Amino acid sequence: MSGDKTDAADEPEQVAGNGLLHRRLFLTQGLTLAGALGVAGQASAQTALPKRPDWMTRQGAGLSGYGQPSKFEEGVKRLTGQPNPLFPSVGSTRTPLEKLNGMITPNGLHFERHHSSVPDINPDAHRLLIHGLVRKPLAWDMSALARYPMTSVIRFIECSGNSGAAKRNVPQTSVGQIHGLVSCSEWTGIKLSHLLDETGLADGASWIIAEGAEASSMVRSIPLETALDDVIVALYQNGERIRPEQGYPMRLLVPGCEGSVNVKWVHRIKVVSEPGDSRDETGQYTDLMADGRALKYTLLMDVKSLITHPSVSMKLAQPGVYEVSGLAWSGHGAIRRVEVTADGGKSWADAELSGPVLPKCLTRFRIPWSWTGGPATLASRAIDDRGNVQPTHEVAIARYGEIGAYHYNGIQPWAVAQTGEVANVRM
Amino acid sequence: MSACRFALAAGLLLTSGCATQTKPVAHPAPNLGQAMTEAELAFWDTSILVDGSNLPAGSGSSAQGLIVYKQKCAACHGATGAETDTRLTPLIGGMGSLATAQPVRTLGSYWPHATIVFDYIRRAMPYNAPKSLSNDEAYALTAYLLRANGIIDEALIVDRTTLPAVKMPNQNGFVMAPEHAK
Ligand code: HEC
Repeated sequence: MSGDKTDAADEPEQVAGNGLLHRRLFLTQGLTLAGALGVAGQASAQTALPKRPDWMTRQGAGLSGYGQPSKFEEGVKRLTGQPNPLFPSVGSTRTPLEKLNGMITPNGLHFERHHSSVPDINPDAHRLLIHGLVRKPLAWDMSALARYPMTSVIRFIECSGNSGAAKRNVPQTSVGQIHGLVSCSEWTGIKLSHLLDETGLADGASWIIAEGAEASSMVRSIPLETALDDVIVALYQNGERIRPEQGYPMRLLVPGCEGSVNVKWVHRIKVVSEPGDSRDETGQYTDLMADGRALKYTLLMDVKSLITHPSVSMKLAQPGVYEVSGLAWSGHGAIRRVEVTADGGKSWADAELSGPVLPKCLTRFRIPWSWTGGPATLASRAIDDRGNVQPTHEVAIARYGEIGAYHYNGIQPWAVAQTGEVANVRM
Repeated sequence: MSACRFALAAGLLLTSGCATQTKPVAHPAPNLGQAMTEAELAFWDTSILVDGSNLPAGSGSSAQGLIVYKQKCAACHGATGAETDTRLTPLIGGMGSLATAQPVRTLGSYWPHATIVFDYIRRAMPYNAPKSLSNDEAYALTAYLLRANGIIDEALIVDRTTLPAVKMPNQNGFVMAPEHAK
């Protein structure tokens, strides 16, 4: 590293091939780096005096009851597929990861995956029932639940079908279209263990079956051990009541586990001795292997990362310094390390983990990169605090076979062409 | 712990050591859960367990099921349920395809228990009027779909006793994820 001298002759040292720079470079050398790397400053050719923009000379809008994004951000929307007109709400929308930064997903952009539609639940007419292998079956209405001690955690939710498109194909869409079935929020609610304490557990209790109050009533089984550990009956998302499409007035949060067990609109929990093997967890959400057998209850989402900036379909304007940044997460625990390559995996450098590093939570990573204008292949590889390493495409495929669409977590490379265009590739 | 508090106060959330959750303070439970009557519980408890327990009274045949199918299901699932141009997983077919390069996972070829066919249809279908089927209709539709998949005989009357005894082609095809296996 070249101390505090920043003249062009004294270029910062690379930490890995094809221009990756030390992760703390931006912090230590600040903006002067751009000069050091030979990016010309945008010198103004104007001779006339600049004009003040309107908003500096006129009053703007007034106060508002619920703030909305700027009209210039109108394009920042959840990404939708082509729904079937007979059942338009069955399907999913994805978080536009390429348009966001940080680790929290805004509530209106949290991905959706519905098996029927979004119910319009009146919270005053909604109750949570717990019954089955319990000592006393009990029901709570909203006003009762509001008096319980609450807990807040920041956790990701990822659909197990996320990235399925990247498993068999190499789509040239956007990182959100391919990998946007993952979002991250602060969830606040009541630990399920508090409520199970109150009902008590009867002999033989070893799983719970949770059911949603939507039209098709999603049914998922969860091991009792997990239920008593960190499962929350969540009422709030990022400080406000959960949005209807995320489970208003309450959903289960099952940290680190596939999206569909985080049952939305939860209204009933039955404590049982065996999992329910319902259609939603056998016909769906099982991992069919090459030999024709299928794994069921593969609930934990494995370690994964992707670069969001730059990513497929973007175009780099000109050679120079860029921040390569992305997201890493693991259902097993916290992210310990994210490595980034710019030369297609020949060499790797550690990215900076930026912001709080929490278990079962999206973690933003960043690393400066000096693009020379030549071809480059960028990719990230995450390692969690249990030592799980994000696999290559080949290893990820070998795990569940080529058939299943779920739980794909292979390394995602992006190729930068000399034109600056970023494409999805295999490495 | 106090170092963590300090780090949090100073906004230094970068280190993972301080970012793990603190133990919740023991809090007396308000104990506000309300008891339910047997009738209330029976109304809400529609879970059918793997062994068929909690299946309701009622029955149906596949011939009766075909009539209901044509009225209430064919619009979305096709004239027989075997159609592949519906943008839905076909309800019929796929036998023997699971270990091939083109597996077809239908309720006949893939689902491990016959009881969950009844459970799913009764709670989720028809899509435009879920939970509207009578138990007899749901048994009859189950009979029709099992019959059309070649799993049961035409003559079988499907009810709470006969349904759990039906052997599904893929009943041994599922393996518990290692982390939950006992
Ligand atoms: C308005 C359209 C519509 C009608 C009518 C309809 N369904 Fe469905 N059906 C669907 C949709 C949509 C799904 C998929 C839901 C999902 O994605 O979870 C589905 C799924 C199913 C499945 C699960 C298939 C699988 O392999 O996962 C079964 C079984 C089923 N329907 C049976 C029926 C029966 C029986 C009827 C008549 C009583 C019926 N459906 C009427 C739209 C319909």
